[in-house]
Amino acid sequence: MSIGITSAAYIAASVLFILSLGGLSDQESAKRAVWYGIVGMAIAVVATVFGPGVQNLFLILVAIAAGSFAGYYVAGRVQMTEMPQLVAALHSFVGLAAVFIGLNADIMLSFVNDLKASGVAITDADLTGFGERLWIKDSVEIAILKVEVFLGIFIGAVTFTGSVVAFGKLAGRIDGKPTQLPGGHMLNLGLLIASLVLGLLYFNGAGIWTMVLVTLIAGFIGWHLIMGIGGADMPVVVSMLNSYSGWAAAAIGFTLGNDLLIVTGALVGSSGAILSYIMCKAMNRKFVNVILGGFGGTSGPAAEIEGDMVPIDADGVAQALNEADSVVIVPGYGMAVAQAQNAVSELTKKLRAQGKEVRFAIHPVAGRLPGHMNVLLAEAKVPYDIVLEMDEINDDFPETDVVIVIGSNDIVNPAAQDDPNSPIAGMPVLEVWKAKQVFVSKRGQGTGYSGIENPLFFKENTRMFYGDAKESLNTLLPMVD
Amino acid sequence: MKIGTPKEIFEGEARVAMTPDSAQALQKLGHECIIETGAGVAAGFSDELYKAAGVEIAPTAAALYKAADVVTKVRPPTETEVKRLRKGQTLISMFYPAANEDLMNKAAERGATVIAMDMVPRISRAQKMDALSSMANIAGYRAVIEAGNNFGRFFTGQVTAAGKVPPAKVLVVGAGVAGLAAIGTATSLGAITYAFDVRPEVAEQVESMGAEFVYLDFEEEQKDGSGTGGYAAPSSPEFREAQLAKFRELAPDMDIVITTALIPNREAPELWTEDMVQAMKPGSVIVDLAAERGGNCKLTVMDEKIVTDNGVTIIGYTDFASRMATQSSTLYSNNIRHMLADLTPEKDGKINQNMEDDVIRGATITHDDAVTFPPPPPKVQAIAAAPKKPAARELTAEEKRAQEVAAFKEATKQQATLLAVGAAVMIVIGAFAPASFMQHFIVFVLACFIGFQVIWNVSHALHTPLMAVTNAISGIIIVGALLQIGSGNWLVVILSFVSVLIASINIVGGFLVTRRMLAMFQKS
Repeated sequence: MSIGITSAAYIAASVLFILSLGGLSDQESAKRAVWYGIVGMAIAVVATVFGPGVQNLFLILVAIAAGSFAGYYVAGRVQMTEMPQLVAALHSFVGLAAVFIGLNADIMLSFVNDLKASGVAITDADLTGFGERLWIKDSVEIAILKVEVFLGIFIGAVTFTGSVVAFGKLAGRIDGKPTQLPGGHMLNLGLLIASLVLGLLYFNGAGIWTMVLVTLIAGFIGWHLIMGIGGADMPVVVSMLNSYSGWAAAAIGFTLGNDLLIVTGALVGSSGAILSYIMCKAMNRKFVNVILGGFGGTSGPAAEIEGDMVPIDADGVAQALNEADSVVIVPGYGMAVAQAQNAVSELTKKLRAQGKEVRFAIHPVAGRLPGHMNVLLAEAKVPYDIVLEMDEINDDFPETDVVIVIGSNDIVNPAAQDDPNSPIAGMPVLEVWKAKQVFVSKRGQGTGYSGIENPLFFKENTRMFYGDAKESLNTLLPMVD
Repeated sequence: MKIGTPKEIFEGEARVAMTPDSAQALQKLGHECIIETGAGVAAGFSDELYKAAGVEIAPTAAALYKAADVVTKVRPPTETEVKRLRKGQTLISMFYPAANEDLMNKAAERGATVIAMDMVPRISRAQKMDALSSMANIAGYRAVIEAGNNFGRFFTGQVTAAGKVPPAKVLVVGAGVAGLAAIGTATSLGAITYAFDVRPEVAEQVESMGAEFVYLDFEEEQKDGSGTGGYAAPSSPEFREAQLAKFRELAPDMDIVITTALIPNREAPELWTEDMVQAMKPGSVIVDLAAERGGNCKLTVMDEKIVTDNGVTIIGYTDFASRMATQSSTLYSNNIRHMLADLTPEKDGKINQNMEDDVIRGATITHDDAVTFPPPPPKVQAIAAAPKKPAARELTAEEKRAQEVAAFKEATKQQATLLAVGAAVMIVIGAFAPASFMQHFIVFVLACFIGFQVIWNVSHALHTPLMAVTNAISGIIIVGALLQIGSGNWLVVILSFVSVLIASINIVGGFLVTRRMLAMFQKS
C-alpha cells in the first residue's frame, strides 16, 4: 500500500471516530456509532500493518491475537458494577504503551544517529518508515521531537500509575481514603521540577537514562497524586485519566509524525477534559481542588441540625408506595455496592404495572464513573426514558409522593443549598426533601464518604430504611402490590 | 437528684406520674426515685412493683415532699400541695398557668421551679414530652369506646342469618390528635367515619386514617395551623355559617358524633347546636371532648352523661385519660421521663435548668423566685406546614432583556479573550517551531476543536459508554507501536511488541464492552 492510500485510510478512520463519538448523543444512534468506531479502528490497523515500512508481521499477528483474546475475555466477563475499575485498567494500558513507544523513539533516534555518524547512506541502512523519517529530520525537528518524547513519556507514566491506583481504589484493593506522604503536594511539585530538569538535560543531549528516570519519577507522581484523592472524587479522576491517555497518544502522534494518532488523541483528550469539567461543575468544585484532594476551606461551623433520624420498616415503606401515585428513585454508589440494581428494577416494574409513575433521578456524580448509574440501571433492564438527569427532574420533586434514596448521600444533601458554611455549599443537589415523603435506604447512621452530616435524614418527611439495600428491597418487594 | 411522686389527691384521678418502668429509666439517668405509698394502685401498679424497680416508698405525702428534689405529678397542684414546695425544689406537672395564675405566683414566692407539662412547645424535638398529645390520643380512643358502650348497635355492618345490620356512621369534628385517634378507632371498629376540620390541609391525614373528609362549599383563604402551634385559629362568621349548615345536613344521618374542637385560651366553639341534636335519631350518641371548656354542644353537662328527650345520649366526661389509668400513666410517665432526660443532659443525676433551650424555657413557668410565664416565642417554628416563602419576583420584560444582553456581552467578551490568547499562543509557537511541526499542530488543534464540539452533545446517560469507547479508540496508539516493531533493535521490538499487545486489549475490550452496555439501554 502506498503512502497515499494509507493516508486516505487514516482520513477515513478519523472521520469514523468523530462520527462514533458524535453518535453517542442518544441511545439509539449510539448503537450504530460503536460500529463506526470498530470499522474505523479496523481500517486504521489494517492500513498501518500493510502500509509502507512495517515489518515483523508474524510478531504483530501474535501480539494482536493475544491482546484481542485477552480483551474479548475481559469484556465478556466484567460485571457492570465493575465498569469503573475496568475503565481505569484500560487507561493504564494506554499510558504504558505511550511510555514504551516514547522510549522506543529515543532508542531509535540514537540508533539512527549512530548509523549517520558511521557514514552509511540512507539507502543502505535497513530502516523502517519511522527510522527513515528520523534520518531526514534536521536539528530543530530533532529538538521538537525530544520535547514530544518527553511529554509522551511523562504523561504516559502519570496515566499508567495513576490508573493503576485508581483501579486499586475502585476495585477495593487499595483503601479508598485519601493518603499522602509527608510533604504532600510540595513533594509532587518538587518531583515535577526534577523531571523538567531531567527533560532539559535530555534536550541538551544527555542519554536515555534521563528518560528512564523521568518515567520512574512521573510514575511516582501519578501514584502519589491519585493516592491523595478520595473515593467519591473518582468520577473526576477517571475522566481526568481518560483525558491524559488521549494527550499521551497525541504526544506520541507528534513524535511519530502520525496525524491519525494526533487526531484520535486530541478527540479522546478533549472528551476526558469535558467530562472532568462536567463532574467538577456537578460538585461545585474547582478541578485543581479535586485533583489536589480535600475540600476547600469552610468559613465557619456547620449549622446545627434539628430533629431525630426516624427509622421505618419495610411495611411502612410498602404502604407508602402502595398509596403513592408518583415515585422517584435516587440511586447512588451504595446501590452499586449492594448490587441492588435488579431489585430496584423489579420494584420499578411492579410499581409501573400498577400504573404509578416511576422515574429515576441521576446526579452527574452519582457512582464512581460518569454515567455509572445509567449503565447499572440499563443492565437491570430499567427503560432509559424514565431515567432522568438532575436538571430534568429537580422541578418535579414538590409534586412527587414518594422519593426513595438508595445509597446516596451528598448528592441529596440540603446543606449544599441552606448552609453557606457546609463544605459542599453551592454544589447542585437533587431536591428530594421537597417531595411529600422521602425514604432513605442506608446501611447505618454514619455520614457519607465526605463526613458531612446530612440534614435530609433529620427532616420531618424523611424516614430511614436501614439495612443492606438489596436485602431491604427484597423484603419490600412482596409487600408491594 | 431524688424524683418523687405523690398520690394524686384530685377526686377520681386514677393516673400516676411514675410507673415502675419509668422509674427504672430515671435511675439510668442517675436519679433516685421515691413514691408515696399507694400512689399507683388505681393505675394498676402496686407498691411491691415499685419496690422491685428500686423505688423507695414514702409513708405520707409530707414525707415525700420533704425527701424529693423533684416532684412529678399529673394534675395541677392544689393550694396545700404548693405550700409543701420549698425553695430549690422542682415541680413537674400539668399546670394550665393561664388559668391558675394565683397558684403560679404562690409557687414562685416559695422559690420553687415549676415545669408545666401542658406548656411544652409544639416543635418536633419536643414531641416525646408532649403530654397534651399523648393524653389527647387516649381521650380520642376512649371517646369512641364510651360511645360504643352507650350505642345500641354494631359499629360494623354485617349480613347475618338473623338479618342485615347497617354499619354505624360516625362524625368526628376536629381532626387534632384526639380527633385522629377517634377516627382511627372508629374506622378500625368498622364504622363509616366522616371527619371535619377548619384546616383544609389536614384532609390528607384524615383520609390516610380511613375517614372521609367533609368539605365545605366555601371560598375563603384558610390559614394553616403553623402560626398557632398546630391549633386551629378562630374562623370568620360566614365560614361558621357554612360549617353549621353542613352539620345540619349531616345530623340526621349520623349515629355517633365526637366533637374535639378547641381553640387555645378560649371557650370551646359551639358546633353542634340544639337543633342538630333534635334532628338526630333516638339512640344516637354524642361524645363532647370539649366539655371542660363549655362543650362544642351546649347541651353537654360537664362530667356527666345525659339523655335528651329525643333519646340522644350526650357524654360530657372530662376524665377519659384517667378512665384508662394504666395506659395513660405509662404514656404520661414516659413524657415526664423524656423531660427529665432533657433536663439531665449529662446523665449524671444533676438537673441542668438550661433556660436557653427552647423546650425547657417554654415549659418552665417559675424559676429563681420569679414567674417566667408567658415564655418568649420559640426559635424553632411549629410542627405544621411552614408558611410558603414568597415567590421570587417576576422580572419585567426590560429587565430580562437587559440581563440577556449583559450575559451575551459577558460571553462575547470571554470568547474574544480566549481567542486572542489562543491566537497569541499560536503565533509564539509558529515563530519557533518548524513547518513540519506546524502541519501536525493544525491537525491537533482542529481535532481538539471538533472533540469539544462533539462531546458536548453526548447525553449524560451515555457517559460511561463514552469513556469506554474513547478508551477503545485511544488504543489507536497501536499504530505507533506497529510503526516501530520492524526496527532492527531487539529492545525496541520487545517494547513495541508489548505495546501492540496491550493496545489490542484496549481496542477489543473497549469496543466489546461498549457494545454490551449500549445493547442494554432499552426504551420502555
